[in-house]
Amino acid sequence: MYKTLLIKYGEIAIKGKNRHLFEDALVRQIRHALKSCDGEFTVYKEQGRIFIDCGDGYDYEEAVAALQHVFGIVGICPVMQAEDQGIDVLAADAVRFLGVSYQLEHQTFKVVTRRANKRYPMESMEISAYLGEKILEAYPQLSVDVHDPEILLHVELRESGKIFLYSKVIPGPGGMPVGTNGKAMLLLSGGIDSPVAGYMICKRGVKLDATYFHAPPYTSERAKQKVIDLAKKLTPYAGPINLHVVNFTDIQLYIYEKCPHDELTIIMRRYMMRIAEHFAKETKSLALVTGESIGQVASQTMQSLAATNAVCTMPVYRPLIGFDKQEIIDVSEKIDTYETSILPYEDCCTIFVAKHPVTKPNLHIIEASEKKLSEKIDELVRTAIETTETIWVE
Amino acid sequence: MEAYLDNSATTRCLESVKDVVVKTMLEDYGNPSSKHTKGVEAERYLREAREVIARSLKVNEKEIYFTSGGTESNNWALLGGAYANRRAGKHLITTAVEHAAVLMPMQFLEEQGFRITYLPVDSKGHISLRDLENAICEDTILVSMMMVNNEIGAIEPVEEAGRLIKQKNPKILFHVDAIQAYSKLRIYPKRMQIDLLSVSGHKLHGPKGTGFLYVNDKVKLKPLLYGGGQQRGMRSGTDNVPGAAGLGEAVRQAFACFAESEAHLLMLKERMIAGLEQLDQVVVHSERGTAGAPHIVSAAFPGVRSEVLLHALEERNIYVSSGSACSSNKKLPVSTVLKEIHLDQPLLESTIRFSFSRFTTAEEIDYCLETLAELLPVLRRYSRR
Repeated sequence: MYKTLLIKYGEIAIKGKNRHLFEDALVRQIRHALKSCDGEFTVYKEQGRIFIDCGDGYDYEEAVAALQHVFGIVGICPVMQAEDQGIDVLAADAVRFLGVSYQLEHQTFKVVTRRANKRYPMESMEISAYLGEKILEAYPQLSVDVHDPEILLHVELRESGKIFLYSKVIPGPGGMPVGTNGKAMLLLSGGIDSPVAGYMICKRGVKLDATYFHAPPYTSERAKQKVIDLAKKLTPYAGPINLHVVNFTDIQLYIYEKCPHDELTIIMRRYMMRIAEHFAKETKSLALVTGESIGQVASQTMQSLAATNAVCTMPVYRPLIGFDKQEIIDVSEKIDTYETSILPYEDCCTIFVAKHPVTKPNLHIIEASEKKLSEKIDELVRTAIETTETIWVE
Repeated sequence: MEAYLDNSATTRCLESVKDVVVKTMLEDYGNPSSKHTKGVEAERYLREAREVIARSLKVNEKEIYFTSGGTESNNWALLGGAYANRRAGKHLITTAVEHAAVLMPMQFLEEQGFRITYLPVDSKGHISLRDLENAICEDTILVSMMMVNNEIGAIEPVEEAGRLIKQKNPKILFHVDAIQAYSKLRIYPKRMQIDLLSVSGHKLHGPKGTGFLYVNDKVKLKPLLYGGGQQRGMRSGTDNVPGAAGLGEAVRQAFACFAESEAHLLMLKERMIAGLEQLDQVVVHSERGTAGAPHIVSAAFPGVRSEVLLHALEERNIYVSSGSACSSNKKLPVSTVLKEIHLDQPLLESTIRFSFSRFTTAEEIDYCLETLAELLPVLRRYSRR
């Protein structure tokens, strides 16, 4: 029944002169998302809106689900196309359209007409009124409310002579089209938080790369596969992700050997940030992204965050900073990363964790501890960078 | 050098098994249920495989039913046995150290109103016959036990148990999970008074997804799968000809060199245990010689978590298991049998299973031992403080 989908986008409509850039990016993302769906789709911009004409045999549910992963889309309106065969045929179509689209009880409704086809013999107000009358005849239990209707029926008489009827708006993910706001480097662990942080950043139009630290033999091949799977779960939103897999074992063992045990996690995270920043610069990312949230664990207290942050020269974005764990879990369930995240493989943050890690690290003390690493650490970091494996996840 | 010491998880398929699988897929691909020549040809493979298996157990070939593997065989024996005999009673007996493929169907039966007794084991993993005797009551309908424990290789007193059960009440069904035992120990169901016996194909160089259940002809058993009436109506579903033919070939090969394999495995085990005992702080759980299964050595390396050791060995191309392979993915990878033999936590967390096949070489054992000697001190230095 729906041959066309009308895409509603909010924020990008107000971006002034850059508007076409955003629209083009959205069209590109929509085309990309529909590539994996059955059927042929034509995506085009017209009068400040984006339409998708869907070829025969496309799978409506599948296409809508794909579009619900495209940032920048606020709503998806399934459109019924009708031919101009006089106002009474149109009224019959409108009646049928409402009957199929809604479980009609005692709702209020309104008809809004947009008349681009100026040759049409009736004015838009007249059309709305006439159709409203016919709808009331067919469904006497409905009533008209022009101010705050529960059902809003749009009728669009297009220049081509075709008529579009649409009403329902399926919510999209909102945000901005990926690729309109540069790129960032996500520190991706196997946990619940970091994929959600990645999702939040991409929602603002940012493209993602990712860095994962593994520590064989303390972490397994399966733990690495889990991270690849998580990155893959993000790709419907983020597009392809370049995942850097850093072998962190030797650095970790060296810190373990030289530094106070309760500072291990903080120092380790400082080195992770340094290495991630190296790849971020190399691949032209503009910021680092982590899944940290204040106070969640010892390494995420205000003091710990400050100590970790101190090694970075780039901005570090922490989109979950004010989230409670349950709020993070809710998003991870929504984006379908939760199940994967909770698979019980040890990640390299937990293997040597102290029973009582520092919760209020003093930057000077941490820096002093790091001096004990001076003999070999640069070389170890260099080796870790050189031996990093890059995986293209799409 | 590579050392695959995880043969109790699965084994490499034999070349000759692969050949017959391919042949029955590409050339003799008929459906044994078809009336034409192609069907008859395919049926011949089933008959031959059944013959080979029946001969290895000294039973009638009509008593062999092909299944999809050990899990199905166990499920079928327990659920089918319980439901066919539920008018005689609602009590079943098993041991506390069974594989999940026995424990889970038992749990299901419990939910369905059956009563289950779980026999405890001693520090070596053996049940006591006295416990078994005391557990048997008026309404006991089935006893199920494994012959060789999959994690530590303990051998359960199956023959004595069979005698005891049948003395008490010849109507009680006796099921034996022989998945780790078949082709390693001699098993004669008739003499051992076993009514139902589960075997898996991929543990003996056969294809995965194959196995069989021996069902004593006199035993009442309900089918698990209903359908087209294949395998005398007991196990419907288009016959898996490639699987059965591959399994038959694997069995043929295994029994053609049974005695040599046994001697070879015992030699490997002794070499492994002797070598482990040379290392610092190692506790071997498995019994030496013929007191335990010839192909399984379980040992603890206190101070090194088993998963870390497993991955460290993996980096040197040595493949082993921590606990039981099938239970390793759970949140707490602590095996049932290790807990049941009351190991202390440090041993529980550091237990590794080495399991051999007749193709394992002494060089592989030596390489593994050398690598352990090298790795253990390093890993212990970096253990969690």
